[in-house]
Amino acid sequence: MAKMKALICRECGKEYPTKAIHVCELCFGPLEVKYNYEEIKQTISRKKIESGPHSMWRYIDLLPVEGAPSVGPHAGFTPMVRAKNLGAFLGLDELYIKNDTVNHPTLSFKDRVVAVALTRARELGFETVACASTGNLANSVAAHAAAAGMRCYVFIPGDLEAAKVLGNLIYKPNVVEVEGNYDDVNRLCSEIAGEHKWAFVNINIRPYYAEGSKTLAFETVEQLGWRAPDQAVIPMASGSLLTKIKKGLQEMETLGLIGKVKTKINGAQAEGCSPISTAFKEGRDFFRPVKPKTIAKSLAIGNPADGYYALKATAETGGAMDMVSDEEVVEGIKLLAQTEGIFAETAGGVTIGVLQKLVKQGIIKKGDVTVAYITGNGLKTQEAVIDAVGRPVRIQPSLVNFEKTFKMGKNGGGDA
Amino acid sequence: MPSLRFHIRFPEQKIKEPIIYQIGHEYKVVTNVRRADVRETTGWMDVELTGETGEIERAVEGLRKKGVLVDPIELNVVE
Ligand SMILES: Cc1ncc(COP(=O)(O)O)c(C=O)c1O
Ligand SMILES: [Zn+2]
Repeated sequence: MAKMKALICRECGKEYPTKAIHVCELCFGPLEVKYNYEEIKQTISRKKIESGPHSMWRYIDLLPVEGAPSVGPHAGFTPMVRAKNLGAFLGLDELYIKNDTVNHPTLSFKDRVVAVALTRARELGFETVACASTGNLANSVAAHAAAAGMRCYVFIPGDLEAAKVLGNLIYKPNVVEVEGNYDDVNRLCSEIAGEHKWAFVNINIRPYYAEGSKTLAFETVEQLGWRAPDQAVIPMASGSLLTKIKKGLQEMETLGLIGKVKTKINGAQAEGCSPISTAFKEGRDFFRPVKPKTIAKSLAIGNPADGYYALKATAETGGAMDMVSDEEVVEGIKLLAQTEGIFAETAGGVTIGVLQKLVKQGIIKKGDVTVAYITGNGLKTQEAVIDAVGRPVRIQPSLVNFEKTFKMGKNGGGDA
Repeated sequence: MPSLRFHIRFPEQKIKEPIIYQIGHEYKVVTNVRRADVRETTGWMDVELTGETGEIERAVEGLRKKGVLVDPIELNVVE
């Protein structure tokens, strides 16, 4: 029997074959992958995983593909950084940064989900891949499609910043800029996905695509020495990443690779687009969609597909959610850079800002083993911080001038 | 005959109106509600509209004119 059992409806439980479908025919609920855990349990072990490749594919037994990875062989297995300086600043004894700013090849956690999506798309016989995106996802799909020699369509809203457009164009996919507002792009893409036999990674391939995020949980457990953290702080856009980190931790427990998981799952959003965090704070089990307005554009999903499930996942683990202002996002980016030497994109600023809030509120405690998920690279969102980092110190090319500017004494330098 | 699936939301003041019934009468589309959650102050339905493509689009416009919000069944797909 194969490791994948079926696709199963998250709402009514009806099962489907593992094809390119994403919505239950019966109730229109979303589908997700169901595994044969009993069978996987027979062969999986810490030792087997540890002797696997230095990529997220060392967890292939828990990923929804049938054969070997054919796309994105180097994604994942990014550093787990013991953040002593930031921990000391925040008052945490054991803080870690899961650093996906250096994920291969496009510097965000999306390389994980896309590696799974395109490997599965190939297995299902697709030659064309597509996605609708405002940034990281499009970059990753375009890069992987180029490397895999697949035809690629990337749909983007018409008002995107130049840098984000370039990050797609360089790989030469078909970049389709849709005239109209965000809602128009949304509706058009979902209709195109229904009309063409393409692998739309975040639509008809979504059940497989989303599973790639579990590898962040697997790596966390392994890199912490086969234990789950007490607290996880996770940025949310659609909410998929958060729900899959929870699922990944649970799978580690189910397969007996670690003991009982007690990790509290915490969600982070920006104030300008916080439908999920707002619902959580108001004690609601449903969210109200919003029109996004924040510099954290990679998290700007106003009507998030997995918002409901993210609320549920956080509540079930006794976790919390919060949101931060754009100013706090910038402060968060700077704080992480200046304490740990890691330059994160705006989503990372959101995570650090919310981490800080949760510590201040006493929700995350000094002794809690805490992992903050930093999911994208700061070089991609330079606009967000360009006015907040000062300028270089400009001097004439003379030693005297240098010494004077930096008030050099006998024992070395001061600051300008 | 094409079918399209939508997630529609009702603002509080529209919850009591028989909007789905009206749409089925005003446009040549068959409406089929598959899942719904209607409470006192909020409500949504996952619904399938079957008909000619142009007529479905007119029905969606009609729904919007009546003040309900219409999204793809997948919600936001741009991420
Ligand atoms: C850098 C970054 N972090 C986090 C997310 C959130 O992912 P999700 O949509 O799974 O909640 C995204 C993408 O949407 C992203 O680009
Ligand atoms: Zn169902």
